[in-house]
Amino acid sequence: MRSRVIGYALGLSLAALASGARAADTVSDGVVKVGILNDLSGIYSDFTGRGSAVAAQIAIDEMGGKVLGAPVELVAADHQNKPDIAANLAREWFDQGKVDMIADFPTSSTALAVMEIAKQKNRVTMLSAGVAMAAITDKCSALSAQWMVNTYALAAGTAKALLKTGRKSWYFVTADYTFGHSLEKDAAAVVEAEGGKVLGVSRHPFPGGDFSSYMLKAQATGAQVIALANAGSDTVNAVKQAAEYGIGRSDKQVIAPLLTYITDVKSLGLAKAQDMYLTEAFYWDYDDRSRAFAEQYFSKMKRMPSASQAAIYSAVLSYLKAIQAAGTDEAGAVMKQLRSMTIDDAVIRNGKLRADGALVHDLLLLQVKKPAESKRDWDFYHVKAVLKGDDVYPKPSDACPLNAKG
Amino acid sequence: MSDITLQAFMAQLTIGLIGGCFYAMLSMGLAIIFGLLNIINFTHGAQFMMAAFLAWIGLTQGGPWLGQPDLQVNFWLALVLAPALVALFGMAIERTLLRRLYHLDHLYGLLLTFGVALVMEGGFRYVFGVSGQGYEPPEILQGPVDVGFMLLPKYRVFVVAASLLICLATWYLFERTKLGAYLRAGTENPRLLQAFGINVPVMITLTYGFGVALAGIAGVLAAPIMQITPLMGGSLLNIVFAVVVIGGLGSILGAMLTGLGLGLIEGLTKVVYPEASTVVVFVIMALALLLRPAGLFGREA
Amino acid sequence: MNAKTLFAALLALLLVVPLVPGLIYPIFVMKVMAYGLFACAFNLLLGFTGLVSFAHAAFLGTAGYVTGALMIRFGAHPLGVPVSFAAGVAAAALVGFAIGGLAIRRRGIYFAMITLALSQIVYFLAVQFRWTGGEDGLQGIPRGTLLGLVDLSNDTAMYYLALALFAAGFLFIHRVVHSPFGQILQAVRDNEARAVSLGYDASRFQLLAFVLSAAVAGYAGALKALVFGLVSLNDVSLHTSTEVVLMTLLGGVGTLFGPLVGAALVVGLQNYLATIGDLVTVVIGLIFILCVSFFRRGVVGEWLHWRHRRAARAAPPRPHPAPAAEAA
Repeated sequence: MRSRVIGYALGLSLAALASGARAADTVSDGVVKVGILNDLSGIYSDFTGRGSAVAAQIAIDEMGGKVLGAPVELVAADHQNKPDIAANLAREWFDQGKVDMIADFPTSSTALAVMEIAKQKNRVTMLSAGVAMAAITDKCSALSAQWMVNTYALAAGTAKALLKTGRKSWYFVTADYTFGHSLEKDAAAVVEAEGGKVLGVSRHPFPGGDFSSYMLKAQATGAQVIALANAGSDTVNAVKQAAEYGIGRSDKQVIAPLLTYITDVKSLGLAKAQDMYLTEAFYWDYDDRSRAFAEQYFSKMKRMPSASQAAIYSAVLSYLKAIQAAGTDEAGAVMKQLRSMTIDDAVIRNGKLRADGALVHDLLLLQVKKPAESKRDWDFYHVKAVLKGDDVYPKPSDACPLNAKG
Repeated sequence: MSDITLQAFMAQLTIGLIGGCFYAMLSMGLAIIFGLLNIINFTHGAQFMMAAFLAWIGLTQGGPWLGQPDLQVNFWLALVLAPALVALFGMAIERTLLRRLYHLDHLYGLLLTFGVALVMEGGFRYVFGVSGQGYEPPEILQGPVDVGFMLLPKYRVFVVAASLLICLATWYLFERTKLGAYLRAGTENPRLLQAFGINVPVMITLTYGFGVALAGIAGVLAAPIMQITPLMGGSLLNIVFAVVVIGGLGSILGAMLTGLGLGLIEGLTKVVYPEASTVVVFVIMALALLLRPAGLFGREA
Repeated sequence: MNAKTLFAALLALLLVVPLVPGLIYPIFVMKVMAYGLFACAFNLLLGFTGLVSFAHAAFLGTAGYVTGALMIRFGAHPLGVPVSFAAGVAAAALVGFAIGGLAIRRRGIYFAMITLALSQIVYFLAVQFRWTGGEDGLQGIPRGTLLGLVDLSNDTAMYYLALALFAAGFLFIHRVVHSPFGQILQAVRDNEARAVSLGYDASRFQLLAFVLSAAVAGYAGALKALVFGLVSLNDVSLHTSTEVVLMTLLGGVGTLFGPLVGAALVVGLQNYLATIGDLVTVVIGLIFILCVSFFRRGVVGEWLHWRHRRAARAAPPRPHPAPAAEAA
């Protein structure tokens, strides 16, 4: 109790010193606290994990460590991919830890669980790693933003771009889970709408192990595109084993992983991953601004940021800027402010936050370089096109009540 | 089904056989360990993973760590060294920890090995991350070979040949040699064997090491096929457990034949109803238990 | 201090938790109560029949899914809570009957492996079914009202209901253990051949114990679903099945309060380790190793053992009762 009082007094006096005019009492508890809930010890720790906290700290430092005169603090925890641990931590953070916003969530079940609690407690959630469609459709929340991307935009982005190059016949290798199904469904809808044809689907259990069976089946259909509607080690193993059989090595038949992080490409190596098409929300070597952020990150982590690690930087930065502009950290006001802003930073370009919580912004269509074309470590992609958000994001869904209101 | 040609069918069977080879090697190791030590080795998957990692470290990391960038442990050397190291590690655990539990219920050995597996997986994840590492097969085994009905990567042909050879050799060693007779006697009546002048505790340690080494060989063989990640063994282990239950614990031949058979069945399921390709193993297990409670090759009544 | 006074003291402590804010976080206590019951259910099986199950998550999760799915549809109805709750427990018992019926055909380590494999089928079904929500799980399950009278979305109201359910569940287990049925179970555990020769059908009694244990695990799962408003694949995963083993082992197998202590330790540890991150699995693994190697009686078991030895030193020696009997 005493330390809280002292901390509060310290915050006040610091605030008075710093901004003078603005009092910290516009900020609840005298501190803006950002929580990060992700996977530090499990299968999603490479593209979120510690790196997410580092990226968020870069954003906080960029704001000078305070907003509206109040200090900005960061807490991070490992939800161990269990929604009940995530829910428990979130409740405790909201009720007793003075946390105002929680971000990251590499699994959909943890994201949806915390979104629900944040709604009850009037706090903000920002999904910088969560890509589930449920977050912006039937489970949408006025106090939540899906910052990086969603499965529809990834699937539609890659599908549209490949259809434009005349690749009309598709085969799907799909993880037999909600996210796999939704990647497949959304990509297939685009393929069929644009005059293409889906030749077949193999749905595999998760984790999949040996993919040669499915890849050979896909190859035998003669499909021009073998789309992988899975993620992580499943995608990596599928590509690796396809390479073993020489599948996807010609221009007649390409492999398109629909949900891939730069960490997956790193793990595969360019020799195996070369020529694949994919869509990502961020690539560090896109332009000077993205490189500047990435180098800063690299100096701390000794690796380049994944799209979700980059997205949490943008999410935290925008959140703090919105507090600054709104003059308060009250959740509703901050979200209103975020919705009125155009997000434009080192990571997110032309971003507009929709009523349903989808941040619509430019995505990148990338092609993996051949080993000879790569000049240094992490030099992995050719940027083939910038995909305008409005072209690839899904229409606002009727399933989300926030859209119905207009 | 009608759109599947005979060729494609044969191809899928072959792929199933490759999976079956791994099941066979892993379940034989489990069966050997269970036969003599009466414990279910939950560390089996982690030991499989450790061997794959050791092979990768030897090829790409070891040299630079030792300040000798040119020093490389190639695949063939790794195929011997990595299982040996994993076996040594396993024997150290047997001597220090497992040994204390033999007089207790099976449960404790199972839980101890489970804890060891968690520590190993967590440790490798902490050091090497989860995305995984790639491992190239040796040059002589790169590229495909035409086996008539399909182009099969040479390396996969090698895997089938090598693992069948290892399985048969193990079976011969345990069922047809004097050493094997001692081991089986150790299962039945360790005291009597001790009275004949055999050092039973050492025999137990070596047997555990042997079972672990089988997992190690499987791990090195898997390295060029699967991405090397800390969790690569854990997910395989559940299926291998089902394999030994179906085959009958403690039956070496049973473990081998069931492993191969289930690989084939899994391969076929991937063609017909891929969603169920993992769960089919468990369904077969339930059926097998209904019809033959002691397992297909079990000796116990 | 005997078991009754201890339990009364525990209840008194739990009763005041919501009244003193800042003492312990009530939601955390509810989580411990749910997992405590879960561990008690597991202990009922392991401690009193000697059977090891790796399928207990399947019962916890099944009940959670059924209760949750019903609450989402009929939660507003005054009878929503009791009916959904009962349906969840019944579903868990049914799955317990199916799994137990198959597994009971084998003994020892086989039994454990079979439950492990069969629980994988339950996991597969949870992924496949639409009504379980796949990997998103069931989210936003309403807590509803108690018979239309008390609004359970209030944390304090929910807390006291959870406490009442917890106490009832715990007393139920206590009753079972001390019933003639419980005595027969222990007789079967200690010497199956003797029990059979006395005319008891060992398998039937063990299956009944298994189903009972599954039902109590389901009871815990339904409570957890109601408290947290969510059910996910994690609840039916092998991981959760091993967690309950750890809880029971850490607290003390076959003791009455051990599973509760173990559950509190593991749940607390997970919360604590969450913020230090990175090495959670390693720490949990080390605890397993330490427990099994040096600490097999568990926290409560060691304490009872220590008390017993002290008593034995004071009084002339007499035959030792088993720790299970001692705890009760």
